[in-house]
Amino acid sequence: MTAAATRSTAHSIVEASPRTKAFAGGLVILYAVITILPLLWIVATAFKSQSDAIAYPPKVIFEPTLEGYVNLFTVRTRQTPDFIAKLPPPETWYDKLVRKRDMVIAGPSKVVPRFVNSLIIGFGSTFLAVFLGTLAAYAFSRFRIPLADDLLFFILSTRMMPPVAVAIPIYLMYRQLNLTDTRLGMILLYTAVNVSLAVWLLKGFIDEIPREYEEAALVDGYTRLQALRKVVLPQAVTGIAATAIFCLIFSWNEYAFAVLLTSGEAQTMPPFIPFIIGEGGQDWPAVAAATTLFVVPIVMFTVLLRKHLLRGITFGAVRK
Amino acid sequence: MDTMTTILQPDHATIPGVSKPVKSRAARRVHGLSDRAIAWLFVAPTIALLLAINIFPLIWMIRLSFTNLNLSMSYLPLRFVGLDNFRDILTDEDVWFRLQTTAQFVISSVALQVVVGFGLALLINRQFRGHSFWTTIILLPMMLSPAVVGNFWTLLLQPQIGPFNYLISLFTGVPTSSFSMTGQVSLAPWTIVLVDTWMWAPYVMLICLAGLRSIPDYIYEAAEVDRASPWRQFWSITLPMTVPFLMLAVLFRAIENFKMFDMVNLLTSGGPGSTTELVSISLKRAAFEKWRTGYSSALAIILFVTVFGAANIYVKTLNKVKQR
Repeated sequence: MTAAATRSTAHSIVEASPRTKAFAGGLVILYAVITILPLLWIVATAFKSQSDAIAYPPKVIFEPTLEGYVNLFTVRTRQTPDFIAKLPPPETWYDKLVRKRDMVIAGPSKVVPRFVNSLIIGFGSTFLAVFLGTLAAYAFSRFRIPLADDLLFFILSTRMMPPVAVAIPIYLMYRQLNLTDTRLGMILLYTAVNVSLAVWLLKGFIDEIPREYEEAALVDGYTRLQALRKVVLPQAVTGIAATAIFCLIFSWNEYAFAVLLTSGEAQTMPPFIPFIIGEGGQDWPAVAAATTLFVVPIVMFTVLLRKHLLRGITFGAVRK
Repeated sequence: MDTMTTILQPDHATIPGVSKPVKSRAARRVHGLSDRAIAWLFVAPTIALLLAINIFPLIWMIRLSFTNLNLSMSYLPLRFVGLDNFRDILTDEDVWFRLQTTAQFVISSVALQVVVGFGLALLINRQFRGHSFWTTIILLPMMLSPAVVGNFWTLLLQPQIGPFNYLISLFTGVPTSSFSMTGQVSLAPWTIVLVDTWMWAPYVMLICLAGLRSIPDYIYEAAEVDRASPWRQFWSITLPMTVPFLMLAVLFRAIENFKMFDMVNLLTSGGPGSTTELVSISLKRAAFEKWRTGYSSALAIILFVTVFGAANIYVKTLNKVKQR
C-alpha cells in the first residue's frame, strides 16, 4: 500500500489533484448512498407495523416492531376480543404481539420449507456443477481435446438461452419423467445452467497453475488422478471456492425456472416472496422481512467475492 | 518417493537412464488411465448433462414447433402443420410490437447503463480515499435476485405509500398520487429501464474499471510530455483503450436484457395493457397461460436463433479481450 502510494506520487503527472479526487469521491459517495437507499428502505420496512408500512406520507421515523418477522413465520386467524380474553395468558412474546392485533397464531407458515428448498437446491446444484466443472475444466486446460473451442462455445451458449424458452421443453420432459416440482429436477436443471459458468471460470483458474508442478509429480510416479488431487486441487482451492459461490448465488436468485416448473413441494424463495399476503393484499412488513433474510447471505458473499467478482461476471474473460 | 523404492528394490533398478521411461509408462498404464481416456472421462459427464437437459429438449421443441400442440386441449389429435406456426408469428403484428418493445428496452437501458457505468468508473479510477468500500456498496444491486428486486420496487414506486413518488413531489411539487410509475402507459417503459439501470450500471462500471486500469501510466505520461489536453487524452487514449471492455459489457447486457423476464414480470407483469410486455413475458403467456405449445415452441426457436447469433459475437469478443 505504502509502496504504491510513493510510486504514484513519484509519477505525479498522472495522479489526480486533491481537489479532483475530492470531487470524484463526493459524486461516487452520493451515487452509492442513493443506490443503497431502496435496500435500506426494505430493511426498515421489515421493522414497521402494517399501518406504518402503508402510511402516507411514508414514515422514516417509526416505532420498530417484530410484527413483520412474526407474520412471515406464522399463519394467523382473526378472533373476537371476547375469544382472546378467554384464552390462557400468552406463552411467548410473539403470541403476545399477535394477540394485540386481535389474532391468534394458527401454525407455522410455509417460509421455512421454502427456505430449506432454496438451501437444498442451491447447495445440491452448486456441488454437482463444481464437481463436474472441475473435471471438465482440468481436461480442457491440460489435455488436447479435439474441437475444444467448439465444445467450450457449446457449453457457454447453453447459458445464453432465454430461460422461458428453455422451460417449455423442460416442462414437457419433466412431466414425462415425473420431475415436475421436485428438488431433484430443479437441482439437475440448475446444475446444467451452472456447469457452463463453472467450466469457463475454473478453466481460467487452472490455466494459471503452472504445469511444472504436476509434471514433477508425474515424474515422481504419481498417476494423473493423484497429481490432480494432491497437486492441482490444493492450488485451485480459492478458484473453486469463488466458482462455488457464483453458482450458489445463481441458484439462490433464480426465478424464471422456479416459477414455471415448481408450484409447491420444490418451490424456492424467489417465487414465494412476492406472494406473502396478509389481510387485503401484500403483507409488506412480512415481504420486507423475507427479502431482508434472503438478501443478507448475498451481501456477505459479495464482500467475500469482491476480488473475483469481475472474473465471475465475465465468465473468466477479464481477470484484473 | 518412487526413486526411493527404486533404490531399495534392486530388481527395479537396472540402468537408470534407459529403463526409467519404460517403467513409468508401464506404471501409468497399470495404475491409472491414459491421458486421452482421462480427458474424455472428465469432459463426458458435463457434455452428457448438457445434452440431456439442453440439447435433447431443444430437439424435441424443434419437432413440436411444427405441430398444433395445445396443452389445454391435449385431447385434440397431434397434427403436423409444417411452417404454419412460424408464418403466424412472423405475420402477427402483436409479435412485432413485443419485439419493438423489447428492442426499445434493450437499447435505452444498455445506453443508460453505459453512460452511468462508464462515468462511475472514470470517477472511481481517481482512487480517492475509501473508493474500495463505496465501490462494494455500489456493486450490491447487481448481486440481488432480479425477481426480488422487481417485487420490492413495486412498494417503492407505489403512488401513495411509496417513498419514490413522495421524494419526487418533495422536490418538484407534483402531487404524489398524480402519477404512477408502474401503472401509467407513458411512464412504465421508463420505469423498467430505471430499475434495470439501478441494478446493472455497476456491472458496466466494474468492467470499465478493469479497462481503465489496463491502460499503462506511461501512455498518459507521454501525452503529458506532448502537452495533450485532458480532453484530448480522454478521446485519444482513455476511450479507445476501454472500448473492447465496453463492448463486452454492452454485448452481455444486451443479451441478458433481450432475455429479460424475472424483474419486469414482477415489477409491471407486462402492463399497463401491454406497454412493457417484453418478448419473454409474451412467450411465457403463450406457453404457460394459453398453453399454445406448438406456437410458443416456434417463437422460442426464433429467440434461440437470435440469442445464438449474439452469443457467437459475444464469445469472439471475449477471446479478443482475453488476448490483450
